[in-house]
Amino acid sequence: MRRLLAALLLSFAFAGAAAALVDPSERLADPAQEERAREISKNLRCLVCQNQSIDDSDAELAGDLRRVVRERIAAGDSDEEVYDYVVARYGEFVLMTPPFEPATWALWLGPVFFVLAGAGIAILVLRRHRGPAADEGLSREEAARVAVLMKDSGHSDDAR
Amino acid sequence: MIVELGHFALVLALGVSLVQMAVPAIGAHRREAPLMRVAEPAALLQFALVALAFAALTYAFVVSDFSVKLVYDNSHSAKPLIYKVSGVWGNHEGSMVLWVLILALFGALVALFGNNLPDTLRARVLAVQASIAVAFLLFILFTSNPFLRLDPAPFEGQGLNPILQDRALAFHPPWLYAGYVGFSMTFSFAVAALIEGRVDASWARWVRPWTLAAWLSLTIGIAMGSWWAYYTLGWGGFWFWDPVENASLMPWIAGTALLHSAIVAEKRGALKSWTILLAILAFSLSLLGTFLVRSGVLTSVHAFAVDPARGSFILGILIVFVGGSLALYAWRAPMLKTGGLFAPLSRESALLMNNMLLSAAVASVFVGTLYPLLLDGLTGMKITVGPPFFNYTFVPIFVPLLCLVPLGPLLGWKRADVKAAAERLLAAAGLALVACLATFAVAHDGPWLAPFGMALAVWLVAGAASEIAWRIKLFSTPLAESLGRARRLPRAAWGTALAHGGLGIAVAGIVGVTAWRAELITSLAPGESAEIAGYTLTLEQVGLRDGPNYEATVGVVRVARDGRELGTLLPEKRRFPAERQEKTEAAIRTNGFADLYVVLGERAGDGKWVLRAYHNNLAPWIWIGGAIMALGGAMSLMDRRLRVGAPTGARARLAPAPAE
Repeated sequence: MRRLLAALLLSFAFAGAAAALVDPSERLADPAQEERAREISKNLRCLVCQNQSIDDSDAELAGDLRRVVRERIAAGDSDEEVYDYVVARYGEFVLMTPPFEPATWALWLGPVFFVLAGAGIAILVLRRHRGPAADEGLSREEAARVAVLMKDSGHSDDAR
Repeated sequence: MIVELGHFALVLALGVSLVQMAVPAIGAHRREAPLMRVAEPAALLQFALVALAFAALTYAFVVSDFSVKLVYDNSHSAKPLIYKVSGVWGNHEGSMVLWVLILALFGALVALFGNNLPDTLRARVLAVQASIAVAFLLFILFTSNPFLRLDPAPFEGQGLNPILQDRALAFHPPWLYAGYVGFSMTFSFAVAALIEGRVDASWARWVRPWTLAAWLSLTIGIAMGSWWAYYTLGWGGFWFWDPVENASLMPWIAGTALLHSAIVAEKRGALKSWTILLAILAFSLSLLGTFLVRSGVLTSVHAFAVDPARGSFILGILIVFVGGSLALYAWRAPMLKTGGLFAPLSRESALLMNNMLLSAAVASVFVGTLYPLLLDGLTGMKITVGPPFFNYTFVPIFVPLLCLVPLGPLLGWKRADVKAAAERLLAAAGLALVACLATFAVAHDGPWLAPFGMALAVWLVAGAASEIAWRIKLFSTPLAESLGRARRLPRAAWGTALAHGGLGIAVAGIVGVTAWRAELITSLAPGESAEIAGYTLTLEQVGLRDGPNYEATVGVVRVARDGRELGTLLPEKRRFPAERQEKTEAAIRTNGFADLYVVLGERAGDGKWVLRAYHNNLAPWIWIGGAIMALGGAMSLMDRRLRVGAPTGARARLAPAPAE
């Protein structure tokens, strides 16, 4: 469906852009390093695509960025350093997972708030619909009040 | 001439809709039957006129009349007929005509079969429905006219984007729209009820089939879209948390919540006001989806600002209908009498829980989808909210919900015996535990969450089966009696079990693909082989093939396992000369439990070709599960109680819904 959107709105953007996803020639010799490169690629956005990561985009720019990631890893960068390197050049827009910072507090805390609000509303609704708990019998205070009321009505009957 | 007729019919439809919007509403207000009775013929006439316009547009596409700008922009004479037809809605203008066609169709159905509705309610429902038609017809005629002509007429069209030339995608939009627009019906019922100031059981009984129909269509539409993404995108992903996908998922979740709360409103007369709110929200989210996709706002806030006519118009529609209906709700809902007392442990409470979790899920998707737009619009700061955000937020909300699914249908109304219900699920819990341990034993080097995912899937399927077993008293009465009970069981009960079980199968598929997929990326010269998940793939040769409107580079890949030949796979790369675009066609071999997925890549030099292969465990189950869920929806829709125009006489009274 992502491409349906692309097709409908920017059909020009990927005309002829059918280069390649990860190319065998791009890969690093060390399987552990390659694995890290793939993981990082999944968390970096292809800047010219609709919400695709560079790992699954076939755009040329995504290929360039994949190579940059592998160069940094081969140069001995940690994952953190690779992300920092890419963010320093392309901005936070390139991160698939937005960092937790003042501008995104509402984003990250929103779902927590919704669950709590849902629980709150559910409790209110339950209270409103809670029936008279007939099966549970009367509490001691209630029984005492009933007895008093019965007595009262008995008196008034007698009085009449 | 035919095209002009279509245009004229659309203008007439607008006129009829205006009458249908105003006259019956006034009639209902003054209790004047003649005015109210205008609604039915108007709804039928409106449908006939929109259908005529749609037919005229389809005709122009089928005969390749390139003097029509829309046909020139989106069609080509060499295109197969099926894609000439699907080209009608494979573009902005045509898809909006389809939208209005479905809207008018649903209105016409209420006009035809709504005899058993109270007169004022029917008149108001059709008036509200007409007001939506007025808004969208104005939108089409003023900003998106599909009938514009070109002079001089070009000889050949520009073609349809190859991405859209696909069997599943050709019929994905109609299903999706049937779902979106189906919620317009529940919206109209909700607004009419608010105007009436009254919600009774007959209202809820009418709302349920419409919700079911919309939910069913949306389920099919989303599943089709996801399946298409799976085999088209070239690497076997099935869901991307893309804003366009989210736009269809949000009304689906809201619709699922509505489906469940409407049961409480119908059977117990409780949660009425909440049900009305959900009906409003489900359609509002459908409108939002239309706005997001149609305005271009997703591409960037600035693309929206460059050509604001369409976007602003839909935004206006969105504000009027959402704002108006919510204001009406705030004003009238407190007057609705709500009844139905229930204990904290009861089926009502379980459904309430379902609703709260689904609402939290939909709200999270909503925030994740719109936050980047909002932040960009307000501060100019650009962020990306990608799949990880949704995995961190949506999944933790959804998993508890899935855990509770099997319990709900086993609880009694008003006050439930939870212990008895839990006992009925002992077998299901045991199976889930076995599944968890077995998965861990077989795939202990996989992700540690996967065994729990499989346990959840088994819990859902076995839970659904336990419900049926309990209802037909399987093993506690003679088999013959159980079979008799199974035959007499209301279809809605089968529907519930199928939908919940299908959900479990889909969960298994999602867990399987996510946890245990094998990947092979290599370059091969003809004659060379590579291995993936026990299969040996041999690239025999790479050749050319001519399609109707494309030419394809085809890889011939022989598949073998343990020395045994299993056949050949033919992945293709298609070039569409008319559209000057390329598209890859993956070749998929499935055995029902796993897909072997092969894609031909670029020429890699020295006679080699890049070949990508994936082994996607349990992938087919995602869509099998989706299909079973849709089947469950269809079963429920066929339930005697909901059947349109169901006899209200003796037969219906003799067939009450047992075991509820």
